[in-house]
Amino acid sequence: MNVIALSAVDLSLAALLILALASLSRHLRLGVERQLLLSAARSTIQLLLIGLVLKVLFANADLLWVATMAGLMLLVAGREVMARQKRRLRGSWGFAIGTLSMFVSSFAVTVLALACIIGTTPWYAPQYAIPLLGMVLGNTMNGISLALDRLTQEATGKRAIIETRLALGQEWQQAIGDSRREAIRVGLIPIINAMAAAGIVSLPGMMTGQILAGTPPVEAVNYQILVMFLIAGGTGFGTAVAVSLAARRLFDERQRLRLDRLHGQ
Amino acid sequence: MIHDNKLARSAACVPKRHAGQCLPPGDPCRDASSPDSEVGRYGQITGHRQAVPITTMLRLAQLATRHVGPLSLHVGLGECVCIQGASGSGKTLLLRAIADLDPHQGEIYLDEQPCSAQPAARWRAAVTLLMAESHWWAERIGDHFPCSIEADWLARLALAPEALDWSVARCSTGERQRLALLRALMGRPTVLLLDEPTGNLDEQSTRLVEALLDDYRQRQPAALLWISHDDRQAARVAERRYRLHDGQLTPLPR
Repeated sequence: MNVIALSAVDLSLAALLILALASLSRHLRLGVERQLLLSAARSTIQLLLIGLVLKVLFANADLLWVATMAGLMLLVAGREVMARQKRRLRGSWGFAIGTLSMFVSSFAVTVLALACIIGTTPWYAPQYAIPLLGMVLGNTMNGISLALDRLTQEATGKRAIIETRLALGQEWQQAIGDSRREAIRVGLIPIINAMAAAGIVSLPGMMTGQILAGTPPVEAVNYQILVMFLIAGGTGFGTAVAVSLAARRLFDERQRLRLDRLHGQ
Repeated sequence: MIHDNKLARSAACVPKRHAGQCLPPGDPCRDASSPDSEVGRYGQITGHRQAVPITTMLRLAQLATRHVGPLSLHVGLGECVCIQGASGSGKTLLLRAIADLDPHQGEIYLDEQPCSAQPAARWRAAVTLLMAESHWWAERIGDHFPCSIEADWLARLALAPEALDWSVARCSTGERQRLALLRALMGRPTVLLLDEPTGNLDEQSTRLVEALLDDYRQRQPAALLWISHDDRQAARVAERRYRLHDGQLTPLPR
């Protein structure tokens, strides 16, 4: 199980790729060189920090610390969902709906996997809990932000249709039903594609990592299958909850479509 | 005659009520069209028509929405009231507020039942707004008609008997406007809010729509609130006419 350790020099060599890409962006006037360098720097610092944090966390496997870490991850994911919306809900709703639905789905799915499927002792063992939660949360975040973005776009674009249906006496659930279904479907597409292509087109990152670390491929595959299913469950249920809550919020107590509850035009 | 018609149409609608577009059973607004209450209220069957006064159907009390009101108005059962006024005077906003599609102040009563006390969907099924432009969500026209319509309605608007099988995309604007009117009539609303219902129609179709609406108003009986740009049309169809200006209604001479 010998992993070849990477030195700072090795990483610097890889960083040359980013520099080369930045100079290409400058040359072609793509205008993304600043964003590229900034995000590369961010990812370096964030990952180095999380490495240190995880080192401390693994040394003190305390439920309180694990929960604090998980809560922090959830809040950042919630902020990210909000930031990716073109027309998000006004007020604290934009943050609360994404965060709440991620909490419900990702946490439930991860705890289920830890306690009932993998059976770690203690159930919150950080070596398992934090990476699993991270993977489920990251994918759920993508699904929810895609779905919510589609929902608000649909509601804005199909305003006349939705209001026609309301005017004919339909309930709000029926009036926005098509858009709601479409939004949930869009949120599920990435994980469905990922599952369909897994192993043939792409070798998923987690499995690759385990194999690089020396785990026998068949073991790594088993874990990857588990993670795929957890992600699908977390994304699916999280997206359904988020879209349902947001759709409800688009209507007021008299079932009027309230696009003024969305930011920006 | 009316009695028979209503029995037939409610029987046709019952099996499909769960589709969600028809009114739920026991609806107070719909009860007005059931044979029993008809007898009690108008005495048409028992012949005491004079003894029972016709109550005001739609009553706006200090209704105010963006740029419009506060204003008050009564529209009686079987009556047609026209609203005229320049573009941008808020005619459409007024109708949207009455259909409770926009937030508003003041109250709207149907048979003295306040709008705010009824479920929103039930209110809109009884007080139905027909928008100036028709909008369709399914591919086929018939998919928008979960309840049956009167057998002769298509023919009376010069639409082919197979019109319900048409795809929305192949219909002309005028055909869609007439079909949207039938879609609104399908729910047998007690009040129809008509936003230029003949805006895209030629003279001949306009007359057909006017005749059908006049017939519906008397048979149902229903109250019509009709926005029209055409003075002659307003004179033809309405008992009373108002001009909406600066958010207020002023009566126009007949």
